[in-house]
Amino acid sequence: METKTEILVVGTNEPIRATVLRLLNANESWNATGVAGVDEAIAACQTHHYTVLLIGAGLTDTEEADLTERALAIDPSIHVIPHYGGGSGLLSAEIYLALAGGTKNQAQ
Amino acid sequence: MAQTVLHTADSRGGADHGWLKSYHTFSFASYFNPERVQFGALRVLNDDAVDGGMGFGDHPHDNMEIISIPLEGALQHKDSMGNLATIEPGEIQAMSAGTGIYHTEYNKDKNKAVKFLQIWVFPNQRNVEPRYDQVKIETAAQPNQLVQVLSPNPDDAGVWIYQDAWFNMGKLESGNQVSYQIHKKGNGAYIFVLEGQVEINGQALSRRDGYGIWDTEGFSIKATADAEVLIMDVPMEF
Repeated sequence: METKTEILVVGTNEPIRATVLRLLNANESWNATGVAGVDEAIAACQTHHYTVLLIGAGLTDTEEADLTERALAIDPSIHVIPHYGGGSGLLSAEIYLALAGGTKNQAQ
Repeated sequence: MAQTVLHTADSRGGADHGWLKSYHTFSFASYFNPERVQFGALRVLNDDAVDGGMGFGDHPHDNMEIISIPLEGALQHKDSMGNLATIEPGEIQAMSAGTGIYHTEYNKDKNKAVKFLQIWVFPNQRNVEPRYDQVKIETAAQPNQLVQVLSPNPDDAGVWIYQDAWFNMGKLESGNQVSYQIHKKGNGAYIFVLEGQVEINGQALSRRDGYGIWDTEGFSIKATADAEVLIMDVPMEF
């Protein structure tokens, strides 16, 4: 049986987080769960292996930096990426690019 | 030396949902091409046609500058900030999604398709307060000139967004030429041919072709037939 890619979604806007989770979990190869804040996200990372940490809306710059540093300290292999757009438009591409090791700051 | 990228109209991704037909210059929704993800801060360039009476139901956005430019018909917008507006050709709409908004977009006409561009630009700040802006644009009244329709400055012409981006539009009569200077060091320009045919630095472009140019201070656009163009001047790194 194929192992699903585990994705943790962090964002304070509950309806948008729910939409993002629904869209991610529509992909049979992905299993996404969501939390609202930094401490919850770190607690989740300490007890579960995630391949991707998707940072949604609502965290401050300081919280985003803190979350990234602490998540990478727990698991240096985790892909920490910001989410943009809030819905279906960019979501799949963000995950595919993260899994491929791509970044967003590229001119193509 | 200037660097360039050409995206011909027929190389775009596509989606046909029956009521919605969309061409994606860059990866969007189920269209994913790792070679076509973005042009600097320009992330989405969708060329949409929505059947009469149809549209996008309530859906969320966050952390994105979303620009809509109607080409034919009328698009009705309603959002969670309380805005209810109709946009038509000759207008441009910008929305900073920031911490999050919900909105609907419907074709106001029950019988005739609405055609419009939806453009997403990465913001230079995450989690801003959501905002909405809509203005008229005057390209028809100024033939053979480029008209600014978007900038980073609230006091400048056109709508404004949270990014060091400038958009210009122009209707060019065959044989006319206009020059364009990149607004900011480090920016590049993505030219989208709305109608007709043009030539940029020797590169021939036709309807719905896209052409990116960067590492240059400017360029000229020559209309080889009556044409309409949109120039999106965006940071290449941000």
